[in-house]
Amino acid sequence: MSRRVWWGFTILLAITVLAELVFPVDGRLDVDGWFGYAAVFGFAAGMVLILVVNLLGRLLGRPDGYYDD
Amino acid sequence: MIDGFPPALVLIGGAVLAALLRGRPRDAVFLLAPLLTLWVVWQVPDGVIVTTEFLGYTIAPLQGSPLGRLFATIFAIVAFVATLFALRQAKWYELTAAHLYAAGAIGVCFAGDLITLFLFWELMVVFSTIVVWCGGGADARAAGIRYAIIHLLGGVILKVGIEGIKTHTGSIELQPIPLDTFSGWMVLIGVLVNVAAPPLSAWIADAYPKSSPTGSVFLSAFTTKTGVLALILLFPGESVLIPIGLFMIFYGIVYALLENDVRRILAYAIVNQVGFMVCAVGIGTELALNGAAAHAFAHVAGKALLFMTAGVVVYRTGENLCSNLGGLYRTMPVTAVCGIVGAMAIASLPLTSGFTSQVMITEAAMLEGTMAIYLLLTAASAGVFLYAGIRFPWLVFFQTGSGRGTQDAPWNMSIAMIVMAAVCILLGVFPGPLYELLPYSTEYVPYTASKVIFYLQLLLFSGLAYLLLRPWLQRSATVTLDIDWLWRRGLPWLWLASARLIEVVRERATREVFDLGRRIGARLLAVLGPYGALGRSWQIGTTALWVALMLTLYVMLYYV
Repeated sequence: MSRRVWWGFTILLAITVLAELVFPVDGRLDVDGWFGYAAVFGFAAGMVLILVVNLLGRLLGRPDGYYDD
Repeated sequence: MIDGFPPALVLIGGAVLAALLRGRPRDAVFLLAPLLTLWVVWQVPDGVIVTTEFLGYTIAPLQGSPLGRLFATIFAIVAFVATLFALRQAKWYELTAAHLYAAGAIGVCFAGDLITLFLFWELMVVFSTIVVWCGGGADARAAGIRYAIIHLLGGVILKVGIEGIKTHTGSIELQPIPLDTFSGWMVLIGVLVNVAAPPLSAWIADAYPKSSPTGSVFLSAFTTKTGVLALILLFPGESVLIPIGLFMIFYGIVYALLENDVRRILAYAIVNQVGFMVCAVGIGTELALNGAAAHAFAHVAGKALLFMTAGVVVYRTGENLCSNLGGLYRTMPVTAVCGIVGAMAIASLPLTSGFTSQVMITEAAMLEGTMAIYLLLTAASAGVFLYAGIRFPWLVFFQTGSGRGTQDAPWNMSIAMIVMAAVCILLGVFPGPLYELLPYSTEYVPYTASKVIFYLQLLLFSGLAYLLLRPWLQRSATVTLDIDWLWRRGLPWLWLASARLIEVVRERATREVFDLGRRIGARLLAVLGPYGALGRSWQIGTTALWVALMLTLYVMLYYV
């Protein structure tokens, strides 16, 4: 992925977080009103899911055509 | 005159008429039938319109309701757009079967009792199986047979439940069924088969990708969403649906991230998104049920769009595997843009249809005070963005690839995709008209600065995790084992192993029996044969001696 796309994406991420300074997130639970909560939660959820998928992929992956034999 | 006319009959009549025609008249009938059906759907007033006797049952084959009208509306819209998409590429018999399949789904929407629901349910099974078979080749035939077996099994379970309810309550009305009886559970299981709930969820990823590039658009729309409609009608607020829905959500995410086949990714995405709806039905509040209905409506549009773009890719390149695709945005810009819109809609990005419906479900979980469910649904929203928002468009349209010098979609496919992309965006930007159609009146406001910022952070930072860890999800040409391994490999292996075991036992037993027979025969021959003690000729003197001895023995015993 090009450096320009990375920069664009980084700026976009920063804007979504900084926007919270102007429009505070109205959390219904205690924790989800914290500054940047959704950013951290989204990143952590994504990381955990990718790790789980990576492990399951090693366990459940078979060569293409596995069912054709 | 049209008031109270069953909309399903319009599609059925159109399909039969189209099958009798040729050329442009047939195309015209195929296109007009769903539009006429859509109009008729809106002419059916609320309440039971028609009752009749059928096999001893008093059934209500036509009953209008806001919920049924909502589902029938999107079914008719998708039937029209998918027909336009398929018009110049699909065989006439595939379109005929697809329309009869759609008629089954719309018939379920207006069913006023369990028997009518069951009849249209089975109509869907029959003609959706034919749509799968229209994919052609041995793979499609085998997948269609597996699909039919599972759905016929589900139908039998559903019918057992319906008969039990009729026997115990004397009623076949469509009303919430308590799960305190065997029959109630049978109906629930029968319905859950259709929504691809565990453990019978693999049929969807097995069958849909084997259909034709046009057939999979129809398949994506009707079966699972009809199941969601049945769940809303029959099991609202049943808490057992919450864990089932959550399992489906994460199962769909994991397998969609693992998968390499472009349409199998989308098939698992259906399970994932229907999981949100199932979970919402389990929560059961008015907001949750509205969310389930709205999400079903939005998802039919979004997923049909994605299956169209995937269908175009398969149709143009002949490739199903993501590992052989990439770079198509250069040569297929219309398809790429529409695919990205569909992907964003499924990923629930603000200003798309998925956002305005999915936030209702997440908020319903939050308002119910079920924090764990709320957190899981929020994490799932981040997970959906991984596979739908980034992975699918990245693998298919971007990544390093040649683009293969292929053409973009034919005109009819392009128009169909653009129409459906417009629906996805309109539902996202102006959700008001959809909210007015929901079963419960709502003043729900999806767009507040707080919600938009929350979801943008959630989704985009999840995307960041994907971009950083992308090498961990690199897929080669592999398949991922699913529960269908049991009947595609496990059962055949068990069958072969059993047959081999029986053969070994039979050979061993045969050999032992023969050996035993031979030994007994030899022994008998030794005694009774021509040279045996009892078989050979004796001299007269010896015989007389033996007779004398025997007589002496007899006399002695007589006097003892």
